[in-house]
Amino acid sequence: MSKNVSMKYALDWTTVAYFVILVLMGWVSIYGASYNFDQSGILDWNQRAGKQFVWILTAFGIGGMLLLVDYKMYNFFAYFIYAATIALLILTIFVAPDIKGSRSWLVIGPVSFQPAELAKMATSLALARFMSSYNYKIKNWKDIIPLGMFILLPFILIILQKETGSALVFVALLLMLYREGMNGIVLLMIVLAIILFVVVIRFSMATIGVEQGTVGFIAAMLLILALQLGYAFFLARQRKETGYSLIGIAVMTIFTLIINQWYNVNFNYASIVIVILTTFYWLFNGILNRNKQIWMVAAISIGSVFFCYSSDYLFEKVLEPHQQVRIKVLLNMEDDLSGAGYNVNQSKIAIGSGGFFGKGFLNGTQTKLKYVPEQDTDFIFCTVGEEHGFWGSTLVLFIYWLLLMRILRIAERQRESFNRIYAYCVASIFFFHLMINVGMVLGIMPVIGIPLPFFSYGGSSLWGFTIMLFILLRLDASRIERLR
Amino acid sequence: MINDSLQSRQRVIATIITVVIVIYILRLFSIQILQSRYKEGADSNAFLKKTLFPPRGLIYDRNGVLLVYNKPAYDITLIIREIHNIDTISLCRSLDISKVEFIERIKNIKDRRKNMGYSSYTPQIFMTQLDIKDVATFQQSMYKYPGFYIQNRTLREYAYPNAAHVLGNIGEVTQRRIEKDDYYKSGDYAGRDGIEYTYEKSLRGIKGMEILLRDAKGRIKGKYDNGKSDIPASAGQNLTLTLDMKLQILAEKLMTGKVGSVVAIEPKTGEILALVSNPAFNPSILVGRQRSKNYNALLNDPTKPLMNRATQAQYSPGSAFKPLQALVCQQMDGINSNTRFACSGESSSPIKCTHSHGSPVDLEQAIEQSCNPYFWHAFRSTIEKDGYGEKNLIFRTNYDEWVDRMKSFGLGEKYTDGDLYEQSRGYIPTQKFYNKVYKAETGWRAITIRSNSIGQGEVLVTPLQLANSMAAVANNGYYITPHLHKSDTMLTKIHRVKVDQKYFPIVFDGMSRVFESGTARLSQLDSVQMCGKTGTVQNPHGKDHSLFVGFAPRENPKIAVAIVVENAGFGSTYAAPIFSLMAELYLKGKITRTELEERVTKIVTNANVKER
Repeated sequence: MSKNVSMKYALDWTTVAYFVILVLMGWVSIYGASYNFDQSGILDWNQRAGKQFVWILTAFGIGGMLLLVDYKMYNFFAYFIYAATIALLILTIFVAPDIKGSRSWLVIGPVSFQPAELAKMATSLALARFMSSYNYKIKNWKDIIPLGMFILLPFILIILQKETGSALVFVALLLMLYREGMNGIVLLMIVLAIILFVVVIRFSMATIGVEQGTVGFIAAMLLILALQLGYAFFLARQRKETGYSLIGIAVMTIFTLIINQWYNVNFNYASIVIVILTTFYWLFNGILNRNKQIWMVAAISIGSVFFCYSSDYLFEKVLEPHQQVRIKVLLNMEDDLSGAGYNVNQSKIAIGSGGFFGKGFLNGTQTKLKYVPEQDTDFIFCTVGEEHGFWGSTLVLFIYWLLLMRILRIAERQRESFNRIYAYCVASIFFFHLMINVGMVLGIMPVIGIPLPFFSYGGSSLWGFTIMLFILLRLDASRIERLR
Repeated sequence: MINDSLQSRQRVIATIITVVIVIYILRLFSIQILQSRYKEGADSNAFLKKTLFPPRGLIYDRNGVLLVYNKPAYDITLIIREIHNIDTISLCRSLDISKVEFIERIKNIKDRRKNMGYSSYTPQIFMTQLDIKDVATFQQSMYKYPGFYIQNRTLREYAYPNAAHVLGNIGEVTQRRIEKDDYYKSGDYAGRDGIEYTYEKSLRGIKGMEILLRDAKGRIKGKYDNGKSDIPASAGQNLTLTLDMKLQILAEKLMTGKVGSVVAIEPKTGEILALVSNPAFNPSILVGRQRSKNYNALLNDPTKPLMNRATQAQYSPGSAFKPLQALVCQQMDGINSNTRFACSGESSSPIKCTHSHGSPVDLEQAIEQSCNPYFWHAFRSTIEKDGYGEKNLIFRTNYDEWVDRMKSFGLGEKYTDGDLYEQSRGYIPTQKFYNKVYKAETGWRAITIRSNSIGQGEVLVTPLQLANSMAAVANNGYYITPHLHKSDTMLTKIHRVKVDQKYFPIVFDGMSRVFESGTARLSQLDSVQMCGKTGTVQNPHGKDHSLFVGFAPRENPKIAVAIVVENAGFGSTYAAPIFSLMAELYLKGKITRTELEERVTKIVTNANVKER
């Protein structure tokens, strides 16, 4: 009894309020999105909104139950939960039926369930436990390997279930790792890799001369050179050397162009040579000046060259054809309004037609007349955009922002690193879902089918997010118990 | 707070999150408020553009008798997404289809290979061309079948069961036609064959459009902009044909039980008065739900009722060719009105005569008695009038001239400036053709191609061409392209025949003597002097074809006719009486010889020809 009374004070009611608001807004949106002309009501069990209501009630129940569990249990059972989830993921690969090409659903009687949704929570717990252990250090190679294993194992298993979208969510954990001491360079490198990839692929069709190179590749090489120069000029403050390097690059470029008069030069290879030569120049210079950071710059330069060189291969051989098309559509390289581009185009039309105030609840023609596919799951944000306009969708994004900021605040007030790490896992994963899902609907992210937390229709995802959030709330509530 | 050197990184993470969300809000602002093109996209979705189908033009005969008109019909459409909880059995019963058929139809609608524009949100055609009787029961209980709708449409209705080949019919447009003409959408109907095809563009009218507004529940909220943007459908133009329906009906009646065709033309105008191809069919069986079933039955009928023999069948003209031969030979100085040739009847060589008459005969008698040896001699002395020369060179230029003058009667080519659909060319053999058939060393001469002199050989004509050549004869040397649409523009299409007017009277004499004392004397009509020529054409398919060509009256001819009765026998027995009766009806307004009419109607030459 005393525990329950303390929970009343200890529980972060603000977060609970955000949670309830988002879940209810999602429910109403699902009602709007799946609304049929002859629908009887929001609680009709045969309709998706009715089913979602049941998921919501059970989610509240689960949340409440999780709050009753002793907080120490989460830490204690972290590995066990992780192991059990991994076993479930493996089992799923073998027993799950093929649903739209994905083998990620466990079907038990009338209920189907996606274990991948649990894997996020389990991995977060396991990482929190591992990284909060007494002798763990993020700079220690011995610790990085098991750390990577914790993340890679569910990642690979979910890929094997053909749920690439859900697997990519684990990439979000880099944000948590950054907070826990991972070098920020890693995040920058990811951003750099994405930029280089986009540049190379986007302009890969624009060739120079007769098969002499592509605009995309050369632009990427120029970008690397610019980074080197920028580093040397602004951070290392080697103004003179920057000048020399610039002159060197100019000389080499002119030299290449002159040779090209007689002999057809492959400009891609020429630019690689130039980048490697300048890299060696900076290395040499760095050794002379005892600048250790220069090694990092050199490594990134060479790595980038290699990455650019293989990105064509990555794009064509590693990605599936439908994923290639999605990326091409996103980069405006193809207009595929009936295929991959259709969803995004329709969703933009739906959102755009909402205007400032929206068309009003249940009055969205686009989402109602089913022009937008998957409108109650991955494209649920369309309904908000159409029916409630700029005003409504901005409000939703604002509540998400409040929730994420709240979780960061909760994270930072934890005394135990287990709790903090777990909180950052939750924040990273929520943020990743929000960024990809809304970005996809707005046409600025590739189409990756992952749900919008608390909004999208579906029991598994709602339960998954609820469990993650309420474990965090339970851990957070333990602050007060410990103070006593 | 716990002392943690990395604590400041929370701000970096918070900044990243904030930046992404701000970018998204800016993007929303751009899509929802700044750009208008997404709103336009949404408009086109919320509008329901409903096509208004124009009524098709009506078709009249030359006397203003209504032949083809429209009657309302109904399509049943469905929107798959709206269908739920329906009692399939009672639905099938009210539409008079079996459950298997129902399932099959739904399957076909959903099959994107067969139904390319399929969407579960838009109306799909479930059944077409239903009668008011068929939909009446369905309409009463339609409230029980959500997702099913009735759509209006018009169907052709025919006042007479005749002239199927002339009128043509209406059918669903083919994919190819949709690609060629963007007026059509899948599921539209357009003219197929005959007049419905040739005059499709004026008959079909112009489709209109009604723009309706739909709300989020799919309900029609009324007209967009109070109907200001609607485009009303404009009805198709009515069409008056040159056909004389009474004459057409008579000709069809007389052809009962026979295979062949009748073409009657008004010589002065080139207007087709009757165009019969038998076996035929009742045009109304190609309308409505039974269309495809009936069409397939017609397609598989061994007597080929779908074929328009009047314009598509090619025959040797036989003796019906002789008047033309007489004209061309005179023009080329091969013969003149006094030229006589001997005939030794059965023992004539190289072509024997099938009629018994005196010898020698002149041109007039030769036409009257259809003397084969005369026309062989005339043909030879025409194309070999300058000898046949070194390697037949002189002869060949003469032959070319003969071909050219013969073709000027409208033979051997399609009428490209007319309005008849699906003609055959016919054939007047060219010099090139014979050069290829007969080797250069041996060469070829009149004797080689002697059969052409009496219209057997390689010469081929269609009944239409034959009738038209008679019109040219009747006009003393010109014809107007035979046509079916009564309009003044058609009258300007005059073609001169390359035979001088002075050569015609003697042919008129010969042809009128055919009725007076020649092969058609039994088909004479009191008080009207008629000109004609019988033909009994040998052919590889069995009994001789019975042919007749002619015009009447002799002075100021009003009607020129060609008749072909396949595998019947003598031209005088079968084809000539048909001409006589048609001339009587057309010139006198009624038939007095009902006994003859009765007798001709009852003649059956092909037992496979079905009664309509």
